[in-house]
Amino acid sequence: MSTPVLIGYFESEAQVLDATRAVRDSGHVLQDVYTPYAVHGLDDAMGLKPSRLTWVCFGGGALGCTVALSLQLYTSVVSWPLNVGGKPFNSFPAFIPVSFELTVLFAALITVGTFLARAKLFPGNRKLALPRVTDDRFAIAVSPRQSPEALEDAEQLLRRHGAVALDLKEVSP
Amino acid sequence: MSQQHLSPLRVPLVSEARTLGQLTEEICAPMERPPTWKWWAAFAIAVSILGTGAGIVAYQVGTGIGVWGLNKTIGWAFDITNFVFWVGIGHAGTLISAILFLFRQKWRTSINRAAEAMTLFAVMCAALFPVIHMGRPWLAFWVLPYPNTRGSLWVNFRSPLLWDVFAISTYFTVSAVFWYVGLIPDLATVRDRVKSGVRKALFKVLSLGWTGSNRTWSRYETVYMLLAGLATPLVLSVHTIVSMDFATSVIPGWHTTIFPPYFVAGAVFSGFAMVLTLMIITRVVLGYEHLITLRHLENMTKVIIVTGGLVSLAYATEFFIAWYSGNPYERFAFMNRAFGPYAWAYWIMVTCNVVSPHLFWFKKVRTSPAAIFVLSLVINVGMWFERFVIIVTSLHRDFLPSSWSMYTPTAVEVGTFIGTFGLFFTLFLLFVRVLPIISIGEVKSVLGFARPEHAQAPAHHPPARPAPVAEQAPAPRGTPPLAIATRKDVPV
Repeated sequence: MSTPVLIGYFESEAQVLDATRAVRDSGHVLQDVYTPYAVHGLDDAMGLKPSRLTWVCFGGGALGCTVALSLQLYTSVVSWPLNVGGKPFNSFPAFIPVSFELTVLFAALITVGTFLARAKLFPGNRKLALPRVTDDRFAIAVSPRQSPEALEDAEQLLRRHGAVALDLKEVSP
Repeated sequence: MSQQHLSPLRVPLVSEARTLGQLTEEICAPMERPPTWKWWAAFAIAVSILGTGAGIVAYQVGTGIGVWGLNKTIGWAFDITNFVFWVGIGHAGTLISAILFLFRQKWRTSINRAAEAMTLFAVMCAALFPVIHMGRPWLAFWVLPYPNTRGSLWVNFRSPLLWDVFAISTYFTVSAVFWYVGLIPDLATVRDRVKSGVRKALFKVLSLGWTGSNRTWSRYETVYMLLAGLATPLVLSVHTIVSMDFATSVIPGWHTTIFPPYFVAGAVFSGFAMVLTLMIITRVVLGYEHLITLRHLENMTKVIIVTGGLVSLAYATEFFIAWYSGNPYERFAFMNRAFGPYAWAYWIMVTCNVVSPHLFWFKKVRTSPAAIFVLSLVINVGMWFERFVIIVTSLHRDFLPSSWSMYTPTAVEVGTFIGTFGLFFTLFLLFVRVLPIISIGEVKSVLGFARPEHAQAPAHHPPARPAPVAEQAPAPRGTPPLAIATRKDVPV
């Protein structure tokens, strides 16, 4: 069972923003919007929630800090305590730089890793971009409502908002 | 199109009207045409220098550190000078890409990609010096805290040199990730332009299947912001830790608390000078004067005025505190810097770093690429001498006159240093050939900045490309004609 997806191509940021809002108001299902660059205000127009990756970043940083401090405490206090210039074994202030660096390292790598996994970006990915959306076109993918004249209606709607081309794709779920 | 209200105070960031398509074309053009003879000439020179440098390093590793001009008094000189110099150069890239991003400075979009690439290459050059300074670089892994059969004998986490290991490796990794994440959308753009062959396959893998979906863009923006937020304190911490190599010791002229901020300011100062050096050449050679505009150059010179001022203030503060502390050793170290046997180096440093940036107060100098280019080279020389002065003059006459000594670099050290320039420029020239050196996606988003809609690039007919219709789709339903800008008027 495949569903038809209507794709409308637009030439400008302003049109795609308008059309996105219109599609959401019309009751058709807005699948996604494809743009050559990050369009300001499109998240609102699509009704996307803010990303929760910030929490992942915090968790990664906390993990990095914990790992760094534990490693330094273990090596300097537990495993092989060395007297370095009469400093205490647990010379906490001296451990701060390395802890900070590892906090940043873990936070960055874990955040980027999570982002790539969540956005399903990986080497060997077979996904193809729609024609010209990585160059100079904006595209809206709409699944029309389940009714005979819905497709016609969705096409009219996209055209009214300045679509310069339309395309119908069969997408298997 | 811009969502901004137009203000007469706002100047367009891209100085000539361009459509999105024209911009893609312009930025991708250098990668898609065969290299010019100029590029080959530059590349040949860079690779020759790199090869010579590699030979010299091989000789030094094979023979031992004795081929350097170090002695018992001066155990650190050219190696650490060059290390600090290169790390400093690298910092401007992160500053432009991360700090200016957090400050919402939209003008960074044209230069951040190249500046970040410069960061990576500079950090590679920097990392080389501590490794070859070990004398037995094949044992470099000893600096990592791994369980071993010596006890386990762990690394000394109280040593600033070990902090350096963590700082530099983290800095390189995070910068590389930040740069790559920024590249993904542009790699997809290049992928979609290439028809077939090795490049297509390569960019397909590298772009990870980017489709330009706004759900991904939305997350991407969040990740980019987070990385910028992480890279900002990171860049400050790296040079802070580099400065602690000196500041945590007891050598007069080194153990000063001003070092961390002073080094960071110096790093930004020299880094921006290097970015200007590279950008001025690049914009002329590739014809990007409308993307990397005079305004960009002017903004960077303003940053140089500020950081140059900070560096000058630090010099003055060091001298004042040396006198004010009443410490005879400290006083001597600074008098010796200014009037001792290395006074020539000190005054070169003062001329280049304290005096020359003030020429940027004049609008004529600030907006003349030739003048900026010359001054950026002068500042780079000055900042190299700053590191040399700090390191060598502090060491060569310490507490005991019996151990005073002089230092002269040998040909091997000079050759190694010049060799790193070969490495740096080789990598930069390759980067210009294989990747988009200006962030396509980001510049597109500021195309309409401060530009009224009617001043956008004119759309011409007839269409230069077929309408976007996928083969497997049914016939398009009443496709209206496409209006596409012709590409003939684009000077690529």
